[in-house]
Amino acid sequence: MANVDQDDLMADAILSRKENPGVVSLMLNNRAIFWGSSLLFVFVMVAILAPLFTADPVSINPINRLKPPSAATLFGTDFLGRDIFARTLYGARISLVVGIAVAIIAISIGLVLGLVAGYVRVLDAVIMRTMDGLMSIPAILLAIALISLSGATLGTVIVAIVIPEVPRVVRLVRAVVLTVREEPYVEAAIAAGTKLPLILSRHILPNTIAPLIVQATYVCASAMLTESILGFLGAGIPPEIPSWGNIMSEGRTYFQISPWIIFFPGIALALTVLAVNIVGDGLRDTLDPRIARKM
Amino acid sequence: MSDTVLEIKGLTVRLPEGADREFAIEDVSLTVGKGEIVCIVGESGSGKSVTAFTVMGLIPKKDLVPVAGQILLQGDDLLKKSDRQMRKLRGEKMAMVFQEPMTALNPVVKVGDQIGELLEIHTNMSRAARKTRVIEVMKDVSLPDPEKMYNSFPHQLSGGQRQRIMIAMALALEPGLLIADEPTTALDVTTQAEVLELIKDIQRRHGMGVMFITHDFGVVADIATRVIVMQHGKVVEQGTRDQILTDPQHPYTKMLIGSVPSLTPPDRPEPKAAEVALEAHKLNKVYGTSGFFSKGRVVHAAQDVELVVHRGETLGVVGESGSGKSTVARCIVRLIDPTGGDITINGANIATMTEREMRPYRQQIQIVFQDPYRSLNPRRTVGQSIVEGPMNFGLGAAEAQVRAEDLMRIVGLAPEALDRFPHQFSGGQRQRVCIARALAMEPKVLIADEAVSALDVSVQAQVLRLLHDVRERYDLAMLFITHDLRVAAQICDRIMVMQHGVVVEQGRTADVYANPNHPYTKSLLAAAPGRDMDFARLA
Amino acid sequence: MFFYIIKRILATIPVMVIVALFVFLMLRLSPGDPAAVIAGDYATTEDVERIREQLGLNEPIPVQMYKWIAQLARGDLGTAIFSKLPVTTLIGQRLEPTLLLALCTIIFTVLVAVPLGTIAAYKAGSWIDRFVMLFSVAGFSVPIFVLGYMLIYVLSMQLKILPVQGYKSPFEYGLWEFLRHMILPVITLSVIYIALIARMTRATVQEVLQEDYVRTARAKGQSEFKVLMFHALRNAAVPIVTVIGLGIALMIGGVVVTESVYNIPGLGRLVLDAVLARDYPVIQGLILFFSFIYILINLLIDLSYTLLDPRIRY
Repeated sequence: MANVDQDDLMADAILSRKENPGVVSLMLNNRAIFWGSSLLFVFVMVAILAPLFTADPVSINPINRLKPPSAATLFGTDFLGRDIFARTLYGARISLVVGIAVAIIAISIGLVLGLVAGYVRVLDAVIMRTMDGLMSIPAILLAIALISLSGATLGTVIVAIVIPEVPRVVRLVRAVVLTVREEPYVEAAIAAGTKLPLILSRHILPNTIAPLIVQATYVCASAMLTESILGFLGAGIPPEIPSWGNIMSEGRTYFQISPWIIFFPGIALALTVLAVNIVGDGLRDTLDPRIARKM
Repeated sequence: MSDTVLEIKGLTVRLPEGADREFAIEDVSLTVGKGEIVCIVGESGSGKSVTAFTVMGLIPKKDLVPVAGQILLQGDDLLKKSDRQMRKLRGEKMAMVFQEPMTALNPVVKVGDQIGELLEIHTNMSRAARKTRVIEVMKDVSLPDPEKMYNSFPHQLSGGQRQRIMIAMALALEPGLLIADEPTTALDVTTQAEVLELIKDIQRRHGMGVMFITHDFGVVADIATRVIVMQHGKVVEQGTRDQILTDPQHPYTKMLIGSVPSLTPPDRPEPKAAEVALEAHKLNKVYGTSGFFSKGRVVHAAQDVELVVHRGETLGVVGESGSGKSTVARCIVRLIDPTGGDITINGANIATMTEREMRPYRQQIQIVFQDPYRSLNPRRTVGQSIVEGPMNFGLGAAEAQVRAEDLMRIVGLAPEALDRFPHQFSGGQRQRVCIARALAMEPKVLIADEAVSALDVSVQAQVLRLLHDVRERYDLAMLFITHDLRVAAQICDRIMVMQHGVVVEQGRTADVYANPNHPYTKSLLAAAPGRDMDFARLA
Repeated sequence: MFFYIIKRILATIPVMVIVALFVFLMLRLSPGDPAAVIAGDYATTEDVERIREQLGLNEPIPVQMYKWIAQLARGDLGTAIFSKLPVTTLIGQRLEPTLLLALCTIIFTVLVAVPLGTIAAYKAGSWIDRFVMLFSVAGFSVPIFVLGYMLIYVLSMQLKILPVQGYKSPFEYGLWEFLRHMILPVITLSVIYIALIARMTRATVQEVLQEDYVRTARAKGQSEFKVLMFHALRNAAVPIVTVIGLGIALMIGGVVVTESVYNIPGLGRLVLDAVLARDYPVIQGLILFFSFIYILINLLIDLSYTLLDPRIRY
């Protein structure tokens, strides 16, 4: 009797060869990820290849001031006669650089702090209260203050946007660590004498990757918006650099007569952020249905 | 037959595409008469719950579609009713009691109001009249002090009280049919006995027909008038309680009943004098902090626990939830730090060691957990999980692979399956992998923490046999934590009964079962469902 | 219950201390010479010295720390460099428009977002669900000021049904004028907030609808509407209210932008004016003020849990 059971089990184990569909094919099957990343790809290419399409974004042409969109100047011109189309294409570079840089830096810092908070009891309270404190300072105000203290450069703007983004990443990583470390398979690894660095890298870290990739897209989107708001308020990157926020900031005075100065970069920005957000939502649905319900 | 409350004829329910079979249930026919308790028994995936939920009209319509058959409730075909008509019938003509009374009650609404809600939906009673009736049914299910309990929230009640609230709710409108879906599975054994008694009692007094879903033959023996056995969505056999339990015809029924462990321990040879493998002395674990503002609630999860396990012997630790049995296990493996006491293994006291000092001893003591779905890292192949431990202690990759292959054969799995991921295995197979992983360390002590509790009864029997075999083969000392007295009777040489963190009785299994000394042990044994039936004995 | 309240109140103290400490260190640890940066490119050495003096950066750090704490303990948020007025006075002058804008936004947001999210959760997968999800992604993507200008362009400049900009106090001009001027700012400010709360409500209600007690309610024959209101929403309340509180931080950032788009003389404009005038003490004071408000609101929300969920009682 016992032997029959075991043979059945053996056969069963060999026969039930259900292959796990790969993550890549899952992602390609997701329409949101496909369209979002296609759109994003176009924006990135346009930003990189901007010089091929357009004139100099900073060349002044006082005769053609505040011209509406036309065949010659697709998006019109601003109060110095600069070509808004050219400025918008070049502006994409700033937004993308800020978005990607902030996402990478914030996720890296957040990952380290989150792991420490989740695994080192003594530091947990200190780190988490600090994060609570940081979270209670409105992000834009914090960024404004940091920039007004250390001067506006691309670098300080990135740092100023990173700092308020970190706490959410820390909380996410810590939450994952606290859940996973209670899992029986982690306890089994502890019981098997696996050392802490291996437990972290083998059993805990892989669980943070999916939520962090999703979080990275949201951080990237939020960073691009914050950068544009800082520029718009006149507290961002130096005005001579054609970032979307700066272009729109300069357009404010002339809004009633030349609304295109704000609209075109505004739409470009909204579409870029939308593309990133759509990719984020798609990734969230594909990578982990559990977080999908939480967010 | 005018006494028929419910008649199901040829009911077939289709599963959504991509499921492992086409129909959740297929051509199911059964009847529930007035004054009958009909038990539907089966393992997970047998379709017993789908049958119950289809009758209530509570299946998700998008995924599960009844495609054939009739469900006649007092002659009325429920499958032809509109949503509105079904709502009227639910609660009034048929009611349901669920498995998990904690989650089945709304946590933010007073329990009295939750019973009253039913009267609010189906009757025109005034608020005061409703309250009177609610208190009446609460008395009917023997809840203490109903006037006061009316205003309680579910989290303030015990599990048994919550299930009584659910039953009161089902009774409030005196429906002809009561459907109970594993109503005692989540309860401790003593509470289970009380709730079963209550269901029998109200069924008798109110003369209703009860459809009782369960996986537990002990419960069937205690409660059933008639029994229906289901497998893979089909009814394989039905008959009266005695027919099914004493003279089953279908091979599946025979196998199921044959797998239920008997409550009578087998005769065991007098233990040989063997070396002590594990010893705990005055083991204590206290939870809770006395903070400045918390009222300093302190829980003694384990209090002065003494235990000795010899090589080649199994010590059972039995108790209900909160008895501290798992705490003891986790302290011994040092997954949690004991508050006080000694744990001696191989002459060394590991109770107070730091993680670094503890590491060499980890090899000697291994654990198998309850939940086979969470015990293996889903991202690593079972082979990687098995070799992780030995390789931590310096075994080369090639040797570890050979050892893993050998162990796969020993636990009854194909060595070729080593490069599969856990989701490709069934629950029972995963538990075998976990046992292989523990054995790969070549331990002296193996702890099984409710290791067979999550498994279906037929798989449970196989895994128990496997645990028994590997204990013999490797001369292991085994600490077997369980809440199930039947399982304990069959596998343990000696047994230790815990209650509220304290060991109340210990001794040879046969002696404890035959002559329990402590009142708590007595009540546990008296509450074991189906104690009058003699089920299978394990070799 | 009483202990719970005391505990929650005490728990806000370390957070406030950390905010104060952070703001203190921000000025002292920033790279370069903050006094010089604040003074600007055309400042003389005397100007820089004067600003350094005003910021109190000349004294040893422990003395600065002591003075900082003593100052905050008195409720003094500092003094503006140029107007020489206390920041608290400046805040008092500008409080009304911001307070009313925020209040209207929260009310509007909750009234729109919670029903929208609930319906989306109940009708998961339907067109309304897809619309809510699409709206929320779009709401997270459109920069708040671009949205503001688009609304002005369409509704005020083209259709001319609403005023372009400005603020009319209800105490001077009456409720109607006030509301006419409030409509666009409130919509502008609430879009991202609605996106956030509708999404969260949808997720929470969807989760709650999977719970066993919802099944119990259906087993009792309860109607779907009441299942949703009586069982689902009551249990979803705590997470929803939590996000409403967390969203306040998002809204405070939005206030600065909205007030500048619609020319509303509130605290947001005070921030912007301070940025343009390089008046750091005002920015610093406003950070402390807004953080304090945020912590206070979230404390109140924490305390409201005891009313919403009977399980929270210690």
